[in-house]
Amino acid sequence: MCLAIPGKIISINESGGIKMCKVDFSGVVQEACIETVPEAKVGDFIIVHAGFALNILSEEDANETLEIFRQLEMIDTEIRANEIRQE
Amino acid sequence: MQFTKEFRNPALAKAAINELHRITTRDWVIMEICGGQTHAIMQYGIDQLLPPQIELVHGPGCPVCVTPLELIDKALAIAAQSDIIFTSYGDMLRVPGSHDDLFSIRADGGDVRTVYSPLDAVKIAQENPDKEVVFFAIGFETTAPANVMSIIQAKNLGLTNYSILVSQALVPPAMHAILGSENNRVQGFLAAGHVCSIMGYWEYPPIAEQYQIPITVTGFEPVDILNGILTTVNQLEAGNIGVTNSYPRVVNEQGNQPAQKIIETVYQVCDRQWRGIGLIPQSGWCLRNEFDAFNAEKKFNLSHIQTQESPICIAGQILQGFKKPDQCPAFGKECTPRTPLGATMVSSEGACAAYYRFARNRK
Repeated sequence: MCLAIPGKIISINESGGIKMCKVDFSGVVQEACIETVPEAKVGDFIIVHAGFALNILSEEDANETLEIFRQLEMIDTEIRANEIRQE
Repeated sequence: MQFTKEFRNPALAKAAINELHRITTRDWVIMEICGGQTHAIMQYGIDQLLPPQIELVHGPGCPVCVTPLELIDKALAIAAQSDIIFTSYGDMLRVPGSHDDLFSIRADGGDVRTVYSPLDAVKIAQENPDKEVVFFAIGFETTAPANVMSIIQAKNLGLTNYSILVSQALVPPAMHAILGSENNRVQGFLAAGHVCSIMGYWEYPPIAEQYQIPITVTGFEPVDILNGILTTVNQLEAGNIGVTNSYPRVVNEQGNQPAQKIIETVYQVCDRQWRGIGLIPQSGWCLRNEFDAFNAEKKFNLSHIQTQESPICIAGQILQGFKKPDQCPAFGKECTPRTPLGATMVSSEGACAAYYRFARNRK
């Protein structure tokens, strides 16, 4: 139920007094409500649940998390190489 | 930027798993609260890749599973009436009530429709002014803005034929209930990332402090889940207890404040029954009195409901992390997704459904 999918805003409109947008989910375009993220603009990535934006995605934070893991991967490769050498 | 693909990168996941094997020295029991995470864990086999000392237990974060039987029976009673269009998220249709489910009501001629968004239910109400349209507004904090906006839109449109049957549950009181139980085994929590996207995680430090337990806000992709587990185990091993946000691309501490404001205009906190668990004080939302006209429980006469739970099903013990689905004697026998005895075998977030789908043939 709480699953949510990231997608890119391609246009913004209003429907019955509610702020809506069209979101591109890797090729599939759906409508979503963005009353919850009034600052959202075309080109932003939002994370959508039941037709509503939960939040705008932060590319910077995504990269930071991935960077930690990339470093972890480098360290892991080194440790394993050492283990093999010791064997 | 691809927000999904990189977080499924097997090389990054492998590095995290190797690190977990290096740092884990003792037995730890960690609960993922959200049923969506339970399914991801089983689907990717993450539980099988962890060090044997780490046990994941599955939490109550499955709204379909904890919606009380009485409300499901009420939904069935409403949906069976003539001149009703009963709308619901798809997950809810096969959840067993005392005697029936929504699918069987539909098979008997009831107009039961699934919707992707509650705004679709409002549209149905607009297009069918001679019918009463009822939406089954279940969910945790994540789904509350969607459910609430349907009321706001129905009011804006002047609709008098739209109402909702509310089953809204809140996560932090459930965490208190689990940790406060004398049978509790949970030593660390993976907090539900999308609940926190709406509510933030400012409510969690007092819980971490009171029960001396690490709480890590966790996402849904394999790398996110491993990040949550790694952060939690690091804290457990070091004895550093606190709250960490390991899903910062979606979650911030204060949460989504416009969404919180929208929720507060329509809902107020109330006591809630949780199926299989019982009453948890102040653990849900219900409609404010000024929205009585949109409250299906007040609009329809439902006083004759008498519930009867399956005597075999152990869903309540599973939802609290006391037992695993495959410890249930009915698992995969009397109880399957086609013939579920309890809601945990139905939902795309139910722990029993996850075990049935991904792990029933494991040795």
